[in-house]
Amino acid sequence: MEIKKQVSQTRQDAKDKEPAEDRRPLFFGLGFGILFGFLLHKGGATKYDVIVGQLLLTDNTVVKIMLSAVATGMIGIYTMKSLGWIKLSLKSGSVGKNVIGALIFGVGFAVLGYCPGTIAGAIGNGYLDAIVGGLAGIVLGTWIFAVMYPGLKNGILKKGSFGDITIPRLLKVNDWVVVVPAVGLIVLLLFWIEKAGF
Amino acid sequence: METIVSIFTDTYWSPYAAGIGIGILSWMSFLISGKPIATSTTFARTGGMIENFITGGKAEQRPYFKKIKLRINWQWMLVLGVVIGSFLSAVISGDLQANAWVPSLWASAFGNNALLRVLVALAGGIILGFGARFAGGCTSGHGISGTLQLAVSSWVSAICFFIGGIITAHFIYLVIA
Repeated sequence: MEIKKQVSQTRQDAKDKEPAEDRRPLFFGLGFGILFGFLLHKGGATKYDVIVGQLLLTDNTVVKIMLSAVATGMIGIYTMKSLGWIKLSLKSGSVGKNVIGALIFGVGFAVLGYCPGTIAGAIGNGYLDAIVGGLAGIVLGTWIFAVMYPGLKNGILKKGSFGDITIPRLLKVNDWVVVVPAVGLIVLLLFWIEKAGF
Repeated sequence: METIVSIFTDTYWSPYAAGIGIGILSWMSFLISGKPIATSTTFARTGGMIENFITGGKAEQRPYFKKIKLRINWQWMLVLGVVIGSFLSAVISGDLQANAWVPSLWASAFGNNALLRVLVALAGGIILGFGARFAGGCTSGHGISGTLQLAVSSWVSAICFFIGGIITAHFIYLVIA
């Protein structure tokens, strides 16, 4: 009851004050982070060998974690959206951003062997290449982007812009027409990966 | 015998248990905080805060930092939490690493030189950080939180993360090594 009250209070606060993003209780962020880090470590995703093993296609741990999180998350998020409990929080996209930017990310992903979330986990796990090299590199790389942002903003980042749409909106169908087959395909793919034995 | 305690002291869980747990965590995050789990903007904020500290507030003038706002926020605390959560899991399962400069897969191809590995990690981090902000998200924000919402931008990004990563990893281990 107390928690419920607190939550509705929080929502009210978020509505009252703009920008809402920075008003959300930091305590919940920390708590979700602790659980996320705990699960990443237990899953093995805080380790270079596991992550690069995925990119070399010799170890499918990362794909198993990601796809089972996505399938589970999708069912809950779309159920809560249907009930009117939550609103989606979508990132707007463009070909320039999400193809070129993501390919650059992919190169860094393989060279570093961690990503921004898993490097935080690798730091907690004690990996020194993550603490000394990787962390400094990511901070520097994001800073370089911030410096270059004024030049990129109206150029490549806008190329082929398609906004913050979802796949169901793109196809002009009910959400569940996509959610149900998507979850089904993910489950089938995971069964196939298990059966193929890698 | 598997007991409640031994579940927590096990180093590894099934990847499906970890993944389903992260999926349920995403429900809670949306329901309680109204936000998806994401991490990469935190590194940009930290970079801006460091620049502010060195230059006495000049970073505040950069348009990108005006947009993302240089303060400790919900996501910053989440990333700090990931470090703590992973540390707790590593400690209770006896997996906390000491003196782990070179991952064993790296060592098998490039040897045990810590300086080489740290320099490559630094270079990889720069490319990764730049790409994450370019794409507007990383493996958490696009790869998990965005794809589970069926966002077009996130599916395109997640697929391209892996295309870029798979090609580069094969190049590193099959061509360079």
